[in-house]
Amino acid sequence: MTEPADLVVVGAGPAGMAAAATALAGGLRVALLDSGTALGGQYWRHPPEHARAAVPTDDLHHGLDRYRALCRALAAHRTAGRLDLRLEHHAWSAVREGDGFAVHAADRREAPRETAVVLRAPRLLVATGAYDRQLPFPGWDLPGVLTAGGMQALLKGGSVAAGSRVALGGTGPFLLPVAAGLAARGVEVVAVCEAAHPRAWLRHPGPLLSNPDKWAEGAGYAATLVRHRVPVRPRTAIVAAEGGERVTSVRIASLAPDGSPRPGTERRVEVDAVGVGWGFAPQLDLLVPLGASLTDSADGNAVVAVDRGQRTTVPGLYAAGETCGVGGAALAVNEGRLAAASVLADARATTVPMNRRLAALRSAVDRQRAFARAMALAHPVPPAWSSWLTDETVVCRCEEVTAGAIRTARADGAPDHRQIKQLTRAGMGWCQGRMCGPAVHCLTTRHRAYEPAERLVATPVTLGALADLDEDPPVSTASPVSAASPVPATSTEPTDSSETDKECP
Amino acid sequence: MNEIVVDGEPLPYTEGQTVAAALVAAGRVAWRTTRVGHRPRGVFCGIGVCFDCLVTVDGARGQRACLVPARPGMTVTTLEGDDD
Ligand SMILES: Cc1cc2nc3c(=O)[nH]c(=O)nc-3n(C[C@H](O)[C@H](O)[C@H](O)COP(=O)(O)OP(=O)(O)OC[C@H]3O[C@@H](n4cnc5c(N)ncnc54)[C@H](O)[C@@H]3O)c2cc1C
Ligand code: FES
Repeated sequence: MTEPADLVVVGAGPAGMAAAATALAGGLRVALLDSGTALGGQYWRHPPEHARAAVPTDDLHHGLDRYRALCRALAAHRTAGRLDLRLEHHAWSAVREGDGFAVHAADRREAPRETAVVLRAPRLLVATGAYDRQLPFPGWDLPGVLTAGGMQALLKGGSVAAGSRVALGGTGPFLLPVAAGLAARGVEVVAVCEAAHPRAWLRHPGPLLSNPDKWAEGAGYAATLVRHRVPVRPRTAIVAAEGGERVTSVRIASLAPDGSPRPGTERRVEVDAVGVGWGFAPQLDLLVPLGASLTDSADGNAVVAVDRGQRTTVPGLYAAGETCGVGGAALAVNEGRLAAASVLADARATTVPMNRRLAALRSAVDRQRAFARAMALAHPVPPAWSSWLTDETVVCRCEEVTAGAIRTARADGAPDHRQIKQLTRAGMGWCQGRMCGPAVHCLTTRHRAYEPAERLVATPVTLGALADLDEDPPVSTASPVSAASPVPATSTEPTDSSETDKECP
Repeated sequence: MNEIVVDGEPLPYTEGQTVAAALVAAGRVAWRTTRVGHRPRGVFCGIGVCFDCLVTVDGARGQRACLVPARPGMTVTTLEGDDD
């Protein structure tokens, strides 16, 4: 594509794909970028196109017809020179530039070599999805303990099972496709420990009845689990993992309604891998620095605030999918379409009359958002989860900060995860608090939604790639280093010095 | 069969897999130790957000094994203090 884009879309999951397809169909030129090697994001994660025959994963998917239709539409626009598709491009910063936006990305198609790329457009749509929300427990940092999503990513992206005897734990319907996928690959899933009780859903009959497709998908997983004799245990949790070089067993306990383990119910189960997830935390790294307002979501996360047309509070900036709150792929697709419809309307600077299709889209989004809300309320983080921590339990995996250190900092008056970070280094390491942030937040403040710390860069980028830029390097510490030789340390090697940390003045 | 070279040893992989997927497929879930407690670490999030899976790829340190597609002859070094 030689002409500049009218719209940059970051994230090619269900939301970003649908948004790009709709915007292209409406006549816009689109640049679509994703860090992955294939279109599809988390829900439709696939191996790269050329390897689909070698790594068959179609049987693990749902809604492939829709995925393929979106792929075909995007391919046609690409051939026509209207779509600039950038896979293996990691966006590390998005900034306002004049009336539009500049998205800085590292092109990693020759990884580990990186080249800097800047994509500009008057409008930007962020559809960067979410990552697994984690709660620490003794032994959660043993090898073989993975996030539930990580297990799913290995399965869907590489047809690899992380173990042969697996326990899954946490909360939310997402545990079911992971269990079903593992079982379909011959893995013995010894237990799915669901902290919530299905009865909690009965408090939300409306969203239940109006989203039959969700139940159909759930019933499909349930049938697979019954066929493979996978036990799903409500109100139980994996409260500890044990092992040495690798996890060898878990401790499973029944939970009281507040989430504390019922005394005397704990039992040990031998496993060689564990998958855990407590819902998801939205990936807001590009949106927060642009100044987009956040809002609280029912699952305890702050999410980006959008209007009924997926517009954020920043003019020209749109968001769709799980950045607006976790709600599944079907909702992400509809929000992507809705966001693109707004982009089209705004780009033409005319009031587009609300047509029937748009009205139907909006009512679908409302219905699916109501379901997402019911899901969040039915699968909360159990209030007493911290009762299964010992003082020695590592909470921040990167800096190896223990629960005891965090409790001490809290007793010393630290009011939130930002202060805890200053006092203990929790959240200062490589992952920049993505893994420990929600937990540290829960350990300190329960009455507010979790807002991630503002991060200078969304993903590490080498000095070499920065030096590549054909303009003033956006990070003042960037030094001119040859891009040909990958630089060992990244410029963002997260914040060992507090000068690069916005939170430590 | 394609191969990458991990710490001097050939490791087979299937085209399309990441370095992390190839390691896990070979039964390895840990390939690094932490700076403070020297705890073993490998793949955790699988999608590039946790940085537990760091390796050195073709001489470039601090690479997330779960994001880097395996390529024929790629050299991967584990075990060194990528956390430093
Ligand atoms: C690991 C994982 C596995 C999941 N698996 C399932 C599943 O099997 N079934 C299910 O029902 N739900 C699953 N989910 C939930 C899932 O996130 C959604 O339901 C759905 O995929 C949301 O669509 P989305 O388009 O909003 O986001 P996503 O599908 O998450 O897509 C976001 C895309 O943005 C890209 N991206 C993010 N940041 C950047 C950046 N800085 N630069 C470039 N690209 C970027 C990502 O690579 C990704 O492709 C999973 C979630 C996770 C985290
Ligand atoms: S496993 Fe988390 S970054 Fe690779």
